[in-house]
Amino acid sequence: MTIKIYGMPYSTCTARVLATLAEKEVEDYELVPVDLSVGAHKKPEFLKMQPFGMIPVLQDSDLTIYESRAMARYISDKFESQGTPLFGKTAKDKALVNQWLEVESQNYNPCVSSIVYQLVFAPMHGRQGDETVVKQQLEKLEKVLDIYEAHLSKNKYLAGEFFSLADLSHIPYTFYLVNMAKKGDGITSRKHVSAWWEDISSRASWKTVTAKMN
Amino acid sequence: MSITLFGTAGSTCTSLVLTTLFEKQVQDFVLKNVNLAKGEHKKPEYLKLQPFGVIPVLQDGDLTIFESRAIARYVSDKYEGQGTPLLGKTEKERALVNQWLEVESQNYYPVVSSIAYQLVFGPRRGLKPDEKVVEQQLEKFEKILDIYEEHLAKNEYLAGNFFSLADLSHIPYTYLLLHQAKKGEGITSRKHVKAWWDKISSRPSWKQLLDLRAQS
Repeated sequence: MTIKIYGMPYSTCTARVLATLAEKEVEDYELVPVDLSVGAHKKPEFLKMQPFGMIPVLQDSDLTIYESRAMARYISDKFESQGTPLFGKTAKDKALVNQWLEVESQNYNPCVSSIVYQLVFAPMHGRQGDETVVKQQLEKLEKVLDIYEAHLSKNKYLAGEFFSLADLSHIPYTFYLVNMAKKGDGITSRKHVSAWWEDISSRASWKTVTAKMN
Repeated sequence: MSITLFGTAGSTCTSLVLTTLFEKQVQDFVLKNVNLAKGEHKKPEYLKLQPFGVIPVLQDGDLTIFESRAIARYVSDKYEGQGTPLLGKTEKERALVNQWLEVESQNYYPVVSSIAYQLVFGPRRGLKPDEKVVEQQLEKFEKILDIYEEHLAKNEYLAGNFFSLADLSHIPYTYLLLHQAKKGEGITSRKHVKAWWDKISSRPSWKQLLDLRAQS
């Protein structure tokens, strides 16, 4: 068992990595819990691995890497020959997967993570969510989702006709948006976005992750 | 000449792609200027290429791709056999390049682009800078740069002892922060961050980009 993941199953970013491992049919890894409630992620031993003080972190023998999107890439590359081909099969496929990974990173995630922070994580830490921020971010999200709707009316998945890391990357925060923040109307009211969401969130890989969340 | 790049040499994101092309020793491409002042990037013909209405976009044969970081990866992959090995040479090096690419994307860029918006892009549209936002972002930036300083005290470049796409992706916005926003003290006051910045911004690829800007 060379791979260790330091994180918590309920953390969106840890979930991204766990879902990737599941898609690549990797079961041989250890999930090492990091107790955020006692500030374990801000202690010196953890900061040596991840100087920004956040989960998750991946260790594979003498390699330590952080940032969940980079960890997901590493797993996709290392286990390229098994499980779902998360970068497609051709150079063109890969280019489009990378494009939609950046769309998630630069356009989708900033809105959705902000809403989820205000409505789910801030209250968890005893802070009141900012309704003005939520409203502004929901408005931005509507514009982004219009673009997704047009795109998904012509493509089954983001990068084309195949499920990829680009779709997977959207799952954890969207799951929180819909189920915990209860702000999923943008998703469910759009025919093709809704169908895409149902499809990707019903995958076996995501079910194994949500099972670990309880 | 299969590659067409839609954008402008003056744009930070287009600059990332241009500099990547230069690092990979690709000179054979067409740069098609997009007239932002005339709102060309919001017109229907452009939105067909890039539905978010921003530059740049790259076309290569029948492939159209947007998002500068994705375009830079595409160029790095396509021209793997020439120029600088921007994604490293081993699986381990590549993993570290990807890690620092995400650090740029998730930690560095949001802060720097916020300052850039307040002090450079907003004013161009007649907006007044929000000094409170600038102050908050600069405080965040200090904490991030402390981490970079410690890391660069032990590593010549971000992913190790080789220049990579991770370093390159920091250049356009950092240049803007220093030279247009005039908020570069965080960079220049830290010994190892400054040395890293001086090295990466002196590369011929970035100089070629600045020459291109001067001609445009």
